[in-house]
Amino acid sequence: MSCATEDVVAVVRAAAVTVREHRDELVELDRRIGDGDHGENLMRGFTAVTSKLDSHVPDTPGAVLKLVATTLISTVGGASGPLFGTAFLRAGTAVGGLYRLDGAAVAAALEAASAGVIARGRADVGDKTMVDALAPAVEAARAAVGGSVAEVLAAAAEAAERGASSTVPLVARKGRASYLGERSAGHLDPGARSTALLLRCFAGSGRFADSADRG
Amino acid sequence: MTIGLVIVSHSARLAEGVAELAAQMAPDVSVLPAGGTADGTLGTDYVRVRTALARAGDGGVVLLYDLGSARMVAELAVEDHEGSSDCRLVDAPLVEGSVAAAVAAQGGAGLDEVAMAARSASGGPAVGTDPPAESVDLLLHNEIGLHARPAALVARALAGLDAEVTVGLGGRRADARSVFALMGLGARDGDTVRVGATGPDAGEALRRIAELVERGFPE
Ligand SMILES: Nc1ncnc2c1ncn2[C@@H]1O[C@H](COP(=O)(O)OP(=O)(O)OP(=O)(O)O)[C@@H](O)[C@H]1O
Ligand SMILES: [Mg+2]
Repeated sequence: MSCATEDVVAVVRAAAVTVREHRDELVELDRRIGDGDHGENLMRGFTAVTSKLDSHVPDTPGAVLKLVATTLISTVGGASGPLFGTAFLRAGTAVGGLYRLDGAAVAAALEAASAGVIARGRADVGDKTMVDALAPAVEAARAAVGGSVAEVLAAAAEAAERGASSTVPLVARKGRASYLGERSAGHLDPGARSTALLLRCFAGSGRFADSADRG
Repeated sequence: MTIGLVIVSHSARLAEGVAELAAQMAPDVSVLPAGGTADGTLGTDYVRVRTALARAGDGGVVLLYDLGSARMVAELAVEDHEGSSDCRLVDAPLVEGSVAAAVAAQGGAGLDEVAMAARSASGGPAVGTDPPAESVDLLLHNEIGLHARPAALVARALAGLDAEVTVGLGGRRADARSVFALMGLGARDGDTVRVGATGPDAGEALRRIAELVERGFPE
């Protein structure tokens, strides 16, 4: 099974649930090295996405991704809004008008998303941001092309989790945490954590569990 | 058609305060605050920035921002705005930059000049007290003196030159690259200013400024 519009809608709804379940954790992480609103910001954004999808479901995966993007951009209120918004926007553009996504299309979408975040936020790997989760996820997804959607996403999620953990010892060079300088070391970056959570949710939602398509 | 300003901030009150301060010196310029989120919390709001851009008039808009997401949200709003080619997003100190930009717009400066007035508004490092290596005294004979447009022309003339340049009047000295500081001298028609320069291009810097003054700051 490749991935059709209703699957993308289902994983986006699952993402909203994940964000709700991890709201407090993300708030706490952001309280340590930021302004303590990351969980709240994402909750606001994904709640708005869910209610948009309740009233209207676009007819291609790409259009769903773009709807997520514009909703996050106009509701989130913190850096993760324009950043995740740009990520979903570029992912939507990358998959174009396709009705079904295979593993390669998903990997290409992730790659475009990561490039968008880097262009918007101007962070490099090692700056202690979501880029530290996203960039290795792209590498892993690319290496898994040839596999199913489920395999590509599983590889990306695992790499993102490792990437998020790698932010703990880092000193932040971008975002609010950078104002803390050395004191930002020793803490997990909230945006890297939420990025890994979202990818794990996409991979583990069960929608693609029996995906058999190759390439 | 004057240039409008949009102030993008995490705080509604901060954006309003900056707009108030800037408008005081530029009564005819529209300075629009876009601060805080719709539900009254701290944060940046894309929709508010879009609304402000749409209201800012069609003569061009200069946007200034405070921290982090404010730049990214402003950038997205500009990209999605119909007149995006007439928008300039400026990295400048929010308060000084907004005031400098408003004053420049009030004086009839063009879009890029207003943007430059904001950009060069940084208080910057204190101007040194060492006497400059070379200096000249210049008599101003243009109607408005070293006001916004002439000050912007002085700063622009120095682009690319390796020299520290100051303009002095009545015991005060200003960094010649800072439009804001130059305007702060209040030099008028009939005043004599002392222009000092230090560095490899000091001579060229003095020559360029002298020429501007002599020609009465032509367009
Ligand atoms: N320039 C950037 N590039 C990439 N990621 C960034 C950048 N700035 C912040 N982030 C990510 O965003 C996360 C914080 O998101 P959050 O929603 O809390 O926004 P915020 O930092 O509070 O926003 P604001 O800039 O409005 O203060 C950080 O943990 C980091 O991963
Ligand atoms: Mg935050």
